[in-house]
Amino acid sequence: MKELSLHLLDIAQNSIAAGARHVDLTVEERGELIQLTVADDGRGMSPAFLASVTDPFTTTRTTRKVGLGLPLLRLAAEQTGGELRVESQLGVGTTVTATFHADHIDCPPLGDTASTVALLAQGLPEGMELTYTRRTGRGEFRFDTAEIRAVLGPDVPLSEPEVAEWMRSYVAEGEGETA
Amino acid sequence: MKSLEELRAIREKMQKQIDIRENSADDIRVVVGMATCGIAAGARPVLTAFLEEVAKRELKNVTVTQTGCIGVCRLEPIAEVYVPGEEKVTYVKLTPEKVPRIVAEHLVNHNPVTEYTIGAAE
Ligand SMILES: Nc1ncnc2c1ncn2[C@@H]1O[C@H](COP(=O)(O)OP(=O)(O)O)[C@@H](O)[C@H]1O
Ligand code: FES
Ligand SMILES: [Mg+2]
Repeated sequence: MKELSLHLLDIAQNSIAAGARHVDLTVEERGELIQLTVADDGRGMSPAFLASVTDPFTTTRTTRKVGLGLPLLRLAAEQTGGELRVESQLGVGTTVTATFHADHIDCPPLGDTASTVALLAQGLPEGMELTYTRRTGRGEFRFDTAEIRAVLGPDVPLSEPEVAEWMRSYVAEGEGETA
Repeated sequence: MKSLEELRAIREKMQKQIDIRENSADDIRVVVGMATCGIAAGARPVLTAFLEEVAKRELKNVTVTQTGCIGVCRLEPIAEVYVPGEEKVTYVKLTPEKVPRIVAEHLVNHNPVTEYTIGAAE
């Protein structure tokens, strides 16, 4: 992936696929560290499954279809001297945390996080909400689809192209102030 | 600065259009593949381009949705277009630059852009 924000998009799709009602994305910059967190209340994973999920080459591979997203994220993080942590509990949810060293030459740019957030919001299934927090040394920006839906009312969905466009600019400008 | 006021204005405009909107069974659907391989190949700006074009032209009978794996990694980014009563058209190796033509010629004028389809690529 050319941008960290593309990993964020991909990993959050797992939360949607896991039937979560809520997914919480956080991008935090602390000195040279960039931390991406995707936390959901979806179906979760068993301990055995979890043990192999970031490694496509373990023997338990035959028990599932080979996924790419988590192994790619792990590789990307480790290449910068960072790491990937996946915590999960069946029936409770999953939290994926990736840490990158931004000063490492192999660290991709954070990229267009606003597009990632707006497109995830645009594609959210019925009854699912997303929150996004961007935190830097200079401040914090929060975005919550429940608040957007409250403004839009019951007749205008987040999937409307014009709404998606608005969300993208809104997030870009809002988080721009923390840069 | 983007404000919630602006979002309220969008809501009001859309609510007026809901009444005059035709039956949603006539909707054209654009489905963009957003699996890992699609995202890595550039599906995000392609999806953004479809949303931008549809918003700009105010096409009320078009819905843009996302799906996971479409099954042909090497041809990603992929989008499928469903026009009611017509055969599904699969566009492959998309870029944002190809999207305005698909919107103008296929979604508006119902002429698929053959040179971008899976048939032309294989
Ligand atoms: N947030 C999550 N909740 C539940 N299961 C998950 C979650 N993330 C990943 N998984 C499980 O791990 C598998 C591998 O994920 P991933 O590496 O992203 O590949 P893929 O999404 O292509 O299967 C998924 O298919 C799913 O079974
Ligand atoms: S995994 Fe590539 S198209 Fe499905
Ligand atoms: Mg995945």
